[in-house]
Amino acid sequence: MATQQIFSPLPGIFYRKPAPDKPDYKTDGDIIADSDTIGLIEVMKSFNEVKAGAAGKIVRFLAENEEAVMAGQPIAEIDV
Amino acid sequence: MTIQKLLIANRGEIAVRIIRAARELGIATVQVYSKADKDSLAVRLADESIEIGPPQASKSYLNQATILAAARTTGADAIHPGYGFLAENAEFAAAVEAAGLIFVGPTAQSIRLMGDKVAAREAAAAAGVPTVPGSAGRLESADAAFALVEKTGFPVMIKAAAGGGGRGIRIARSAEEFHHLMPQAQAEALAAFGDGGLYVEKLIEGARHIEVQILGDGCDVIHCFERECSLQRRRQKVWEEAPSPSLTPAVRDELCSSAVALAKAVDYRGAGTLEYLYDDRSHEFYFLEMNTRIQVEHPVTEMVTGIDLVGEMIRIAGGEPLRISQDQVRVRGHSIEVRINAEDPAKGFLPCPGTISTLSVPEGEAVRFDSMLYQGYTVPPFYDSLLGKLIVHGEDRPSAIRRLERALAELSVEGLATTKPLHQALVRDPDVRAARFHTAWLEPWLETHAAALTTAEPSTTAKVAR
Repeated sequence: MATQQIFSPLPGIFYRKPAPDKPDYKTDGDIIADSDTIGLIEVMKSFNEVKAGAAGKIVRFLAENEEAVMAGQPIAEIDV
Repeated sequence: MTIQKLLIANRGEIAVRIIRAARELGIATVQVYSKADKDSLAVRLADESIEIGPPQASKSYLNQATILAAARTTGADAIHPGYGFLAENAEFAAAVEAAGLIFVGPTAQSIRLMGDKVAAREAAAAAGVPTVPGSAGRLESADAAFALVEKTGFPVMIKAAAGGGGRGIRIARSAEEFHHLMPQAQAEALAAFGDGGLYVEKLIEGARHIEVQILGDGCDVIHCFERECSLQRRRQKVWEEAPSPSLTPAVRDELCSSAVALAKAVDYRGAGTLEYLYDDRSHEFYFLEMNTRIQVEHPVTEMVTGIDLVGEMIRIAGGEPLRISQDQVRVRGHSIEVRINAEDPAKGFLPCPGTISTLSVPEGEAVRFDSMLYQGYTVPPFYDSLLGKLIVHGEDRPSAIRRLERALAELSVEGLATTKPLHQALVRDPDVRAARFHTAWLEPWLETHAAALTTAEPSTTAKVAR
């Protein structure tokens, strides 16, 4: 098993859940498919889904909910 | 009580606009900023600036306690909220006054009244202002709803009371459709929002968006005529003009008088805008809502009337009575504003934060560019995409359109994609030139003109470094 990172494709605010009253998309330890959504990035008031991009298991999130992130910043670590 | 030091509780181009107006009145300025706005043009221009938190608006520009603390720390005696953020937050307006400061805007009570859709409708009806026929409040039963639509006629919109942003809206074009859709809408509203309450409103198809600018001092109210903002994408205005090209003089009089009547009825203080739908076939207009703040598109009114709206609202907040009487407000020529957003029209208006590598601003006769840009500025991704507004004036609409075309060719914003190509395509469109449009005109046009938005701009661009 190798560890790799999921990077934010855009700069903006990172959200771990689809809406404030909804549960997180994914939590540490979840098994994910490459097309799974792991969070949202809000850029200029538009919301963009972040896909896992690889199948594996989430080790941990590196960005917190509502954290300001830069494009290319690692937001989660996964075992593939 | 005159204002000595004004704190601007906003950012972007409107903060720059307010700083300029305050400076012309001899008022010192304090610009609040989030960590992401440290290098903003407003911070550079203001006399003083103070950080109020992290990039997220909820933790900075919407943080009332921090903004009030910033006013105390800097000794500001007034707060201008701009538009968006806290501009229409009654609780904030009340908190500013409770802190012994001046809120540049209406009373908390006016904000609360106009912010409540049902109360605003009732106030309009009481002042004799027509509203879109429909239910004044929520309807609980299908029978009550049907009794109502028999009066309004079809088509009607059925809206979930708990919905919003276009969610849960159904359109019924006949009684048969209505009987079919109403139970569906009720069940869906209950499932989606846990609330089966519905509103029913007549659908005004092919209507234009026309709004009236007013100024009040809490006692007297004048109007500064109207703007037409029918070119919209996803309910966001992209192109605005004054005067409206579609009103007859008689309807204009009636419309503007109705706005003054409503504003007077609520003892309105400050700058405000009453928005209407206008059906140019029946010449009927319907009050939609009142915005109790300065609006993005205020410059077109300034260009045709010569009134500095932001300056006037600051004077009024400082306790001066209205300085202009209604008969002194005259419209001269025609003005158009286009919004330059950091969005790529060739890619479905994808937002494009980034760094401005080159900026050339159009100059010359009757051209104005209200923006937050400078060369080398990095547009942060955390706020809305409005970079600036290009505004022109002409002796009539055709000359304003020619001037806009010329000014757009001179405008160069490089380093990120902007909506300039959209405006270059619109300014050449025969329907736009003839003012044949309504609020649902632009979206289908964007689909059929996608190719026009991807082609490179003509190379006649004049480069003027600034």
